Amino acid sequence: MLEIRNLHARIAEDGTEIIRGLNLTVNKGEVAAIMGPNGSGKSTLSYVLAGREDYEVTEGDILYDGESILDLDPAERAAKGIFLAFQYPMEIPGVATMEFLKVAMNAQRKARGEEPLSIPDFLKRVKAASGDLSMDMAMLKRPLNVGFSGGEKKRAEILQMKLLEPKLCVLDETDSGLDIDALKIVADGVNALRSPDRAMVVITHYQRLLEYIVPDSVHVLYRGQVIKSGDKNLALELEENGYAGIIGEAA
Amino acid sequence: MNIHAVPQLTPAETALVDAFGERLSLLPGDGAVMVKRDDAIEQVKTGLPTKRVESWHYTDLRRLLTSVPAFDETAKAEAVAPVLEGSAVFSVLNGRSSEKTAKVEGVTVTRVADKLTDGSFAPALEPRGSDDAVGALNTAFVADGYFLDIAEGVELSQPIELQNVQAGGQTHVRLPVRVGNGAKAVIVERQTGTGDAFVSSVANVTVGDGAELTWLIVQEQPDAAATHLGQFNAWIGKDAKLVVFVMNAGGKLVRQEINVAAKGEGSTFTLRGINLLAGDTHTDVTMVLDHAVPHTESTEVIRNVVTGKARGVFQGRINVHQYAQKTDAKMACNTLLLSDDGEFSTKPELEIFADDVQCGHGATVTEIDRNHLFYLMARGIEEKTARGLLVKAFVAEVIEELEDEAIVDALEGRLDKWFAEHG
Repeated sequence: MLEIRNLHARIAEDGTEIIRGLNLTVNKGEVAAIMGPNGSGKSTLSYVLAGREDYEVTEGDILYDGESILDLDPAERAAKGIFLAFQYPMEIPGVATMEFLKVAMNAQRKARGEEPLSIPDFLKRVKAASGDLSMDMAMLKRPLNVGFSGGEKKRAEILQMKLLEPKLCVLDETDSGLDIDALKIVADGVNALRSPDRAMVVITHYQRLLEYIVPDSVHVLYRGQVIKSGDKNLALELEENGYAGIIGEAA
Repeated sequence: MNIHAVPQLTPAETALVDAFGERLSLLPGDGAVMVKRDDAIEQVKTGLPTKRVESWHYTDLRRLLTSVPAFDETAKAEAVAPVLEGSAVFSVLNGRSSEKTAKVEGVTVTRVADKLTDGSFAPALEPRGSDDAVGALNTAFVADGYFLDIAEGVELSQPIELQNVQAGGQTHVRLPVRVGNGAKAVIVERQTGTGDAFVSSVANVTVGDGAELTWLIVQEQPDAAATHLGQFNAWIGKDAKLVVFVMNAGGKLVRQEINVAAKGEGSTFTLRGINLLAGDTHTDVTMVLDHAVPHTESTEVIRNVVTGKARGVFQGRINVHQYAQKTDAKMACNTLLLSDDGEFSTKPELEIFADDVQCGHGATVTEIDRNHLFYLMARGIEEKTARGLLVKAFVAEVIEELEDEAIVDALEGRLDKWFAEHG
């Protein structure tokens, strides 16, 4: 489903190279965990997948369902089913959350040639999805993410993911800033979306999240490259020995 | 009046002076009113204000007002549906009030054409100063409007809309309102029309002790050639609340003045404004606020969206008089500049003669936040739509502060209309 080939990417503004020859393949139905120390390029990878303009791909390719997505803007990628759950979801004053959800869902439906949702159908979906995440509907009347706690913002991200039904989910440090109860709710939300047709890339600094979202594969990112891949036991090994051993091995 | 060498009149000034000569015999007014009219046209004859006049520095009226249409008695202006559903509507059509008006319990309605001749109105026509061009032009030509007297303690169960609808030519109206002590009202001042008109409109409003008034100015003149000169003057009593919202969404040349005097202790004044600017237009909102007594509060927030070759101005002057201790005043003007050819000038002024006060102001000019844009696009919202959402959000925030759901929905409806026409 996702094939990253020898990817090089840099910050557009100052030319700093962050991703330096990254290779990664994630199959349909697979949950791949990306782990790595601070500054290894984890968040940059998530932004490059989503198509953020602040980064430039200088070499290599990203294939999604066998086709390069490098020329697509973020909206086009999203319409094709790529979803990024942000590490720090943005607060957007003046845009009501409900209005935003409706516009986003219908924009993707339109891009796929589907009819817009009727209001009752839309409300039914939002109610069901927010209930699963123990979210209060009153919260959704507020401007997008404005005044939400860290946990509420992450839940709002998972809510969007549920409603938009993407095929490739990229979760950027979804565990950061969450207490254990919020983490469980968010992890349950993610697990409920696991399906044979859907791939997930779970980016995390700590192994803790992977106790709740058990990955099929684990990849260690260091200095913009995947330096080691393995199964879920690799995460446990990292938890025990830290990154130093693996980094030493690779060097 | 200042003695200056009389300048050579511009075509617009000449048209105004000529129009006065032609209209004079048709204008209603007792002796004292007619004296005020004569004084006012003399002021016009000394020349409209230029950028050398401080309060007109960013709106050089003499240069910007290139032509003035003649009165058109035959122009057919039609009443429009009110902004707020269920409003009692009082329409001034092509400068004329109607004999048959809505009935609102607790409100006495008088036609200004009648007030002008009953011996009471002349003091209200006194200009605010030698730079009061809007007041002078209006005093010279004002023919009609409505005077609303809201009785003490009356809480209006429905909003009132005062609508001034032009269909070309000239219209000059007054919309005075007295809100009795302890009364509560929501009033929409609607300024709209279909022609290349020259419009002046003055509203003198007194807000009695303990009264609450929300006054919404919705100005949507056509962009092509309409000139709109508005003036809102208010005096706020003890423990009274005045909320003024102004939305400029049209007009070729617009000046909206807001002059407020906080005369009673414990009074609060809130100004929220939105300027939606497009095309080759010039829009000016100028506020002067006097905190004249202790313990008064005010906040002013103006948001501007500038597109095309539009130019905008906000001047906000807060005077805190010597005895007005414990004044709390905050003013902000934020502009979203969406075009390289557009411009916006902001002039905040604080003049403080008391020593125990809190006053602040801030002004920003920004573009669309790229992080916000990325977030929306990452959810599949295409760029144009995402930009539209963010621009609307920037101004909608100010509307949402009005809290009343019916008002918020109605004003957002006006926003949507503007964005649909200018998106």
